[in-house]
Amino acid sequence: MTSLLDLFSIVAIAAGAVFYLAGTVGLLRFPDAYTRLHALTKADNLGMALVVLGLLPLAGGLLAALKLVLVWLLVMLSSAAVSQLIARSARRRDAAQ
Amino acid sequence: MTPVVSLIVALLLLALAVWSVVVRDAFLAVAGFVAYGLLLSLVWVRLFGLDVALTEAAIGGGLTGALLLGAVARLRGTEAAAWSERSGFGLRTVATLLALGVTAVLVLCVLALPAPVPTLAPQVVANLDATGVGNPITGVLLAFRALDTLLEAIVLVIALAGVWSLSPDGVWGGRPGVRHHADPDGVLAYLARLLPPIGIVVGIYLFWAGADHPGGKFQGATILAAMWLLVQMAGLADSPRIDHRGLRAGVVAGPLVFIAVGLLGLWSAGAFLGYPPQWAKPMIVAVEVGMMPTLVLVLALLLNGAPARSRR
Repeated sequence: MTSLLDLFSIVAIAAGAVFYLAGTVGLLRFPDAYTRLHALTKADNLGMALVVLGLLPLAGGLLAALKLVLVWLLVMLSSAAVSQLIARSARRRDAAQ
Repeated sequence: MTPVVSLIVALLLLALAVWSVVVRDAFLAVAGFVAYGLLLSLVWVRLFGLDVALTEAAIGGGLTGALLLGAVARLRGTEAAAWSERSGFGLRTVATLLALGVTAVLVLCVLALPAPVPTLAPQVVANLDATGVGNPITGVLLAFRALDTLLEAIVLVIALAGVWSLSPDGVWGGRPGVRHHADPDGVLAYLARLLPPIGIVVGIYLFWAGADHPGGKFQGATILAAMWLLVQMAGLADSPRIDHRGLRAGVVAGPLVFIAVGLLGLWSAGAFLGYPPQWAKPMIVAVEVGMMPTLVLVLALLLNGAPARSRR
């Protein structure tokens, strides 16, 4: 049972790392601010979700697991809000040019 | 963290430090500095300095970064002129030699440290029980070296007075900065409504947990100040008038409570800021609670800046 849970953690965290890598490559390679934000937010949110999911069995308690989920929700909230703000200011800058 | 990860973090840290010094664009330098602060807090975690890590992330990365970004926005008009200047060869040589000299002295000092580094940590741990707090950092800040903390609190209030004194005569007592107008249905206003309840709970928790766990009033106060600034930036509330009596009372509350507790110690324990054993914990809590409004207000008002609008 323990090794099964460990396997689940390894697979989930590795998948999360792949999403982080994809998001970083997108951030470096995509041509403009909007597509870069797209790569960053989509990939990072999912990447972090998978890492948190993989860490849940290792958290050692319901309370610690809930804290991990809360951290994930807060990161999602802030990254979604901030990417909207960056995109809006990028659009304003493009309109001014 | 394994040694490989530590090495990568150390190299990244050095690269970011060099980048923020070398890069000419001020905005990019600040961006590098904020990332540097966040990485530095990881290093403190690695060194088991969780309290320092929290402070570095909150103040070094967050608050100082925001202050510097404000400075960048103000300096934007003069940045092009500063770029076109190029100092002479002699001046640059002297500056390089001075910088290298300071680095060399620092390296020599670090290398000259005695092998077992002198430490007071065992004494702190041995006497921590007398203070009633469980976190040795809090014990040092508020019992063993309380005078330093008192002076820090006074320095903060003086710094705020210094910022306020930069206001023109006509707007003295008015509100700092511009009134922010954001889309009331926009994402920033949404965030400013959703986040403060969570942030206030986290801030007060950090403050309260500081007695026995990593955390404390500085880290908690930074989060509370950030929540207030978020509400201001979203246009949901205006920055406060600096001639408001309640505001000023809050700003000086911390040092006043601190000094009052110190005088109480003079009477009850025979020394300024001395705590009689059975009263140590309540007196420390009183100082912490008194310091909270001062820290929240001073940190937020420092970011608000000097008054720029007349009293209305």
